[in-house]
Amino acid sequence: MGGFWSHVVEPGFFQSQTVQVALLVGGVVAAVSGVVGVLTVLRGQSFAGHALGDISATGGSGAFLLSINPLFGFLGMGLAAAGCMEAIGVRRVRGRDVATGIVLGAALGVAALFLYFDTTFHSTSGAAITVLFGSLFVVSTSTVPAIVACAAGAFAVVLLLYRPLLLSSIGEDVAAARGVPVRVIGALFILTMAITVALSAITIGAILSTALLIGPAATALRMTRRPVTAMVAAVAIGVAATWVGCLLAYDSFYWPPVQHGWPVSFCIVAVIFVSYLVVDSARWHRLRRANVPAGSQDPAAAAARPLHESSTHDAEVLGSPRTD
Amino acid sequence: MADLAQGASAGVRPPILELDGIGVWLSGREILDDVKFGVGPGELVGLIGSNGAGKTTIFRVVLGLLAPSSGRVLIDGRPRPRRNRSVGYVPQKIALDPDMPLRSRDLVALGLDGHRLGVPLPSRRRRELVDEMLHAVDATRFADSRVGSLSGGEQQRVMIAHALVSRPELLLLDEPLANLDLRSEQEVVELLARIAKEKGLAVLISAHDLNPLLPVVDRVVYVAHGHVASGTTDEVVTTEVLTRLYGHHVDVIRLHGRILVVAGQGRGADPPLAQELGRLSNPLDDIMAV
Ligand SMILES: Nc1ncnc2c1ncn2[C@@H]1O[C@H](COP(=O)(O)OP(=O)(O)O)[C@@H](O)[C@H]1O
Ligand SMILES: [Mg+2]
Repeated sequence: MGGFWSHVVEPGFFQSQTVQVALLVGGVVAAVSGVVGVLTVLRGQSFAGHALGDISATGGSGAFLLSINPLFGFLGMGLAAAGCMEAIGVRRVRGRDVATGIVLGAALGVAALFLYFDTTFHSTSGAAITVLFGSLFVVSTSTVPAIVACAAGAFAVVLLLYRPLLLSSIGEDVAAARGVPVRVIGALFILTMAITVALSAITIGAILSTALLIGPAATALRMTRRPVTAMVAAVAIGVAATWVGCLLAYDSFYWPPVQHGWPVSFCIVAVIFVSYLVVDSARWHRLRRANVPAGSQDPAAAAARPLHESSTHDAEVLGSPRTD
Repeated sequence: MADLAQGASAGVRPPILELDGIGVWLSGREILDDVKFGVGPGELVGLIGSNGAGKTTIFRVVLGLLAPSSGRVLIDGRPRPRRNRSVGYVPQKIALDPDMPLRSRDLVALGLDGHRLGVPLPSRRRRELVDEMLHAVDATRFADSRVGSLSGGEQQRVMIAHALVSRPELLLLDEPLANLDLRSEQEVVELLARIAKEKGLAVLISAHDLNPLLPVVDRVVYVAHGHVASGTTDEVVTTEVLTRLYGHHVDVIRLHGRILVVAGQGRGADPPLAQELGRLSNPLDDIMAV
């Protein structure tokens, strides 16, 4: 490593066990958030993701109060909230919904109470910051297996249900008409979202958890027209942002105010946001230069105008044997 | 009026779709009562009724998304199985934002295997089937565009390809002509007529206006007040039958190859209906407003 790199990557970065855990947990969580995030946005459930984040904050702060691992607090509360949403049939929680706002407000209010007790009686003054805004550098090594297991489970569910989830994002009736058990699939997905949000609450805090779920996904959606490519891109952006964020936070001990360091969650979210701006403005410039409306900017589509117009070809197509 | 339903035109071939005395209650209200009609192979049937008449409800019953309180749905002469993929369905509208990363070809491919588990492996055969279907509905030009960014008519054609790619024998289209301009309307109608004939497909199309479908429909099913009347256009769209169906006097006027249904001034005219028709100032635009 040359002189330049030793300034970018401060000596000891990769040797520190805290950093190793942070990179592992951050990478795993960002990867699963990218995959789940793309489907969340496609299915129009971003706000449900946000709601789950806010509600799981209550669980996280309760866990501090009871001195149990905050991951299980986030998980328990998030899964319970997801179960309730599904049970009362709030398939797509909407931002405009007054009832949703009231429930979210109540959940955060309870979180405030728990955090107040935390600081007053347990003198865990860091609890509020950790629950709401997280810190990747305080994740304990003993939590790592649980985090990896949850992430693997969420990953497996999404990959398995990929096509039915995509199909029901077009419309529940369309999917149901194809024989997809829409309710079961929807319930499994919202539970998977709850797990993913709990994981990202551990990583960057409950309040910021949607940043990791939706941010890389939103950026990826601007870059590609294919759902699978969007997932791969979201994973890449999320993992890169998390790692770069860790690196920046580590370096920030040498930034003003010296010897304090900047919050790692801020660094991660900042990188996610900057990457979104870069991709969006790049797309905007490309579209402007091409002077073509968004969505139809594909050169291949223009080149592929119908080659032959014969109706005999159609007849042959439509008359070919059944495949399904 | 239901006796008129089973017109002579049904012929000897057994119907692919048959509704037998379907009744539906929703939230304590009777939406459909004793609905009976059939659609045979190669037949294109128009399901005509104003907003809220119960057209979408009929589709939901046929698709098995809604259990009727009475009657049964027969597909190929048998009660419909729980998972039936031999029915293609094009909903009234699809929920996709313009910047969602789903291309036309992805949507068509989902018609082939969207119910399966796991991520699809690239398959040459799958791609060929999708390409053929896109070509058949003349959607090759926007095969690689995002579905959400397409115009209404283009989305409609992609959804038709999605519904047809699994080679169903019955195709249901819910108001495919709503929100289309006149030209796209004609294109979609011609496409559907061609597909129905070539493939021997049974096609049921709902619409609030019969006129765009007039050149292609073999029979019509008229829905009003939860009841239906079905038969050929000449059998059903008459002053007598529609007056009986609506429960008040209705005039059927044929003008320049179009059919106008106008609420008459007879006894017991439905005031909201009369009002609605009153709003239509230009009689030439007054296309089947009922
Ligand atoms: N889930 C429901 N609960 C109660 N009433 C319903 C429900 N769905 C539809 N309806 C009513 O059924 C009637 C028929 O609706 P619909 O089939 O959508 O009509 P169309 O498709 O012909 O416009 C309407 O009056 C509508 O209000
Ligand atoms: Mg409808």
